[in-house]
Amino acid sequence: MENLVDIIIVGAGPAGLSAAVNALARGKTVRIFSNRENYLSKAERVDNHLGFYNISGKELMDKFKEHAEAMNIKIEEGKVVNILPMGNSFMVNINGEIAQSKKVILTMGISNVKELSGESKLLGSGVSYCATCDGMLYRGKDVVVWDQSNDAWEEANFLQGIGVNVTFVSKKPAPENLNNINFVKGTITEIIGSNSVEAVNLGNEEINCNAVFLLRDAIAPTSLIEGLKLNGNFIDVNKNMETNIEGVYAAGDITGRPLQLSKAVSEGLIAAQHAALQIDKKER
Amino acid sequence: MSKKIKNVNSTQEFDELIKNNRYVLVDFWAAWCAPCRMVAPVIDEIADKYSEKVRVAKVNVDDQQELSIRYGIQSIPTVIFFKEGKVASKEIGVKPMSSFANMIDSNIA
Repeated sequence: MENLVDIIIVGAGPAGLSAAVNALARGKTVRIFSNRENYLSKAERVDNHLGFYNISGKELMDKFKEHAEAMNIKIEEGKVVNILPMGNSFMVNINGEIAQSKKVILTMGISNVKELSGESKLLGSGVSYCATCDGMLYRGKDVVVWDQSNDAWEEANFLQGIGVNVTFVSKKPAPENLNNINFVKGTITEIIGSNSVEAVNLGNEEINCNAVFLLRDAIAPTSLIEGLKLNGNFIDVNKNMETNIEGVYAAGDITGRPLQLSKAVSEGLIAAQHAALQIDKKER
Repeated sequence: MSKKIKNVNSTQEFDELIKNNRYVLVDFWAAWCAPCRMVAPVIDEIADKYSEKVRVAKVNVDDQQELSIRYGIQSIPTVIFFKEGKVASKEIGVKPMSSFANMIDSNIA
C-alpha cells in the first residue's frame, strides 16, 4: 500500500506531540497534522506541569515543538476532513490528499463547534465542509463561503477560480488575499432549504444560494468518523484511550475533564504505546 | 476497479440497467474528488461480496450531468441503492463498508 505509515495523529497540541514522541520511541512511523494554534500557547502562565514552575503557555508549547523537531517529527499543516476505517487500515483525507495508516490518534482538543439550524439536515444537500471536495459540483452556481478559519479565503479563491459564483461572509473585514469576490459582513444564523440549500440567514438579511461552505478550523469528531461514540461533548475512551472504533484512539482535552496539560501529555503516551503494541502483536 | 462493476456511459444505458436488474447500487463520483477515491475500494468490496444479488455501477457526474441532475447529486460520493428501478436508499459522503452493507441488507428480500 502506498503512503502507509503506522500512526496518523490528528492535532499537534500537548497530547498529539506526546503521542508522536512516544510512537517514535517505539519505532513506529508517524505523520502528524495540525491546522490551528492550540489553547496551551494562549495560556498566560502555567504552574501545575511538573518541572516547569512559572512558565508561559507559549514558552512551554515552543519547548514541546523543539522536542518533537529534535526527534525529526514534522508537523504538517492541514485540516483532516474525514477518516475511513478499511478493516486493517485507515484512509485519511487531509484537504484532498489521501494518507493511510494502521492506527489513528485523535488529539484535536476541545472545539466550540456550534451547529447551525439546518446544518445537519442539509449536509450533503448543499452544506459542505470542504471546498476542494465538493466545489466542482457548483460551477456556474451561487455559493456562500462562511469565513471561520484563517485559510477560508484560500478556499473561496479556489471556488471562484473554478467558475463558482462566490459570496464571502465574515464578521471580520475582508481578508487581504481574497480575490475580487463579493464580500458581505455578517454572521450566518440559519441555513434555509427544504430538500437542498436555498438561502442563508444573516439575521438582518437573507442571501439566496445553492450551497454554503462552512469553513471552520475544526470539524466535529462525529463528522470525521462515522459511528464514533461520544460521552457528552467528549469522545468516549477506555483506559487504553481506545474509542469504540477499533484502531482509533483519542487523547487530551477531546476525551474530557480535567482539561489540563499533564493529563493530555500522559494520555498521548498511553494511546501511542498501546497503538504501537497492537501493531507489534499483529506483525510478530 | 472490480471487474464486476459497470461503468455507465449514457443515460440510456443507465435506464436499461435499473430496468433490467432488480437491485442496483450506484456510486456517483468524479475524478477530482478525494473522498470518492476513499470510497472506491469499499465499493469494490461491496461488488465482490454481493455479486450474486446486486448489480454495482459507477456514474461519473462530470460526464453524466443529466443523471446527476435527475438524482439531485449535490455532494459526492453519493451512493444510491435502486430497488425495482426506484431509489430505495441513499448514503452521502465517506462511509464504512457496514453502512453500504446495511443499505443493501435492509432492502433486499
